[in-house]
Amino acid sequence: MTYVLGKLLHIVIVAGAALPGLAAVLVWAERRVSAFIQDRLGPNRVGPAGLLQPIADLLKFIFKEDVIPGHVNKTLYVLAPAMSLVPALVAFCVVPYARGMAIADVNVGILLVFAISSIAVYGVSIGGWAGNSKYSLLGGVRASAQMISYELALGASCVPVFLVVGELNMEAIVAWQKANGWLVFYLFPAWIIFLVSSYAETNRLPFDLPEAETELVAGYHTEYSSMKFALFFLAEYIHMITASALSVTLFFGGYELPWVTLPGGAWGTVLSGLVFFGKISFFLFLFIWVRWTLPRFRYDQLMNLGWKILFPASLVVVLATAGWIAMVTP
Amino acid sequence: MDRDGDAVKTRVVKRPQMSLGERIYFATIVKGLLLTIRHFFGVFGDLFHWKTKTTAITMQYPEERWDFKDNFRGAPALVMDQFGREKCVACQMCEFVCPPKAITIWPAEFATTDNNVEKYPDRFEIDMLRCIYCGFCEEACPEEAIFLVKEAELVHTEKKDFIHDKKKLYQMGGIREDRILKWQHK
Ligand code: SF4
Ligand code: SF4
Repeated sequence: MTYVLGKLLHIVIVAGAALPGLAAVLVWAERRVSAFIQDRLGPNRVGPAGLLQPIADLLKFIFKEDVIPGHVNKTLYVLAPAMSLVPALVAFCVVPYARGMAIADVNVGILLVFAISSIAVYGVSIGGWAGNSKYSLLGGVRASAQMISYELALGASCVPVFLVVGELNMEAIVAWQKANGWLVFYLFPAWIIFLVSSYAETNRLPFDLPEAETELVAGYHTEYSSMKFALFFLAEYIHMITASALSVTLFFGGYELPWVTLPGGAWGTVLSGLVFFGKISFFLFLFIWVRWTLPRFRYDQLMNLGWKILFPASLVVVLATAGWIAMVTP
Repeated sequence: MDRDGDAVKTRVVKRPQMSLGERIYFATIVKGLLLTIRHFFGVFGDLFHWKTKTTAITMQYPEERWDFKDNFRGAPALVMDQFGREKCVACQMCEFVCPPKAITIWPAEFATTDNNVEKYPDRFEIDMLRCIYCGFCEEACPEEAIFLVKEAELVHTEKKDFIHDKKKLYQMGGIREDRILKWQHK
């Protein structure tokens, strides 16, 4: 009983407060970093350095009229935002964000993330379908094609990690890296493929074809407003957090530091959480930084990159890693 | 061939081929990332005053404002001469020339004719919701009594506050050196 209650509390804290809170800060960071990159200042009035801006945005979203246009498929229209947010939140559950602090420390670890995050396609494509307009439908179709294509490369780019570590459990992967050094030094090409495909999976620039505001108004969420739009927005940012967390856990030593051994006990947990936060902050910054640097890919270029370059490259990396392991193991 | 049957000379424009490095993208992406991060830290430095020249071009509006030039066409206002006397003689030229009919003048006559001036505006109103800042009033005025000043931010919550009365107009216009001095000599 206490176990169940403890887990519930854990879930509420992570999925109800920590992730949305981090996403809110991320929205603020996105706006300020983009401003800085474009030689502007960005929102700096609400609260210290504009930090309360997300709260103001949230209030605005809540108090906006919740319009359901007459021409939409109502059931799907209402369902879609939830269907895109929930998988985003659930996918985070296996990530050990501090020592021994994964919500679900399951042995299939990363496979669960892939399974759940493929469900996220439904939220986006159903949202596009339910909108019953050409822009959102095109956005939804693009999103499903893109996410399915890049899932292959994403999954294949993680296989070398499992080959090297010999486990799927995330804590075990972190422990291996603590003992042997960060996996990115062994599997740099795999990491590059992982990074690029995770950008495509989260629908972020340079792969934000599902939104592509220059062509599709706003893509799959064209017909959405107020809190429903905010849920899509939140889902995108939580996907970013999960993708960064995976990148850190699989390739950059997770919550552990190289050379320095963190103390055990409660302090160790807190410190390892901070280490993890610091690492994912860099990757989140990279997400934003890349977004405001690169222009959007054309759709055929996107498919070319996914199927003709990244997918074969990831297979080559898998084979090469397997061959390397076969050679070094007696 | 062109119209006279001569062979048309064509010029082959060489398209630059992307080199291998460019086709792999990563080097160019890194180059782009370095460019944007330079700008990022440029503005970041502004916040902590690391350098003398600022990178950010944002103007912090209510605190910083534009420095308008002298011929800026802001709100029209009435001016007094250097002796603090009213220059407007209520000739109503500005009222007639004003394209959107923003100006309304109620002229009045002086009881005495000791000075050279016979008329003055009893009430002088400019409806700033109608004014289009064309500056015709300033051009038309024979007495150099009305000028477009640098006031450009008119924000009120009540519609009636946008109608500038005589007091407000003189307060905005202030004193302007006068060369005519019609009060002293004709
Ligand atoms: S600026 Fe033009 S519109 Fe405004 S009061 Fe003068 S004449 Fe009328
Ligand atoms: S402001 Fe000038 S033009 Fe208008 S009534 Fe007075 S003197 Fe005449």
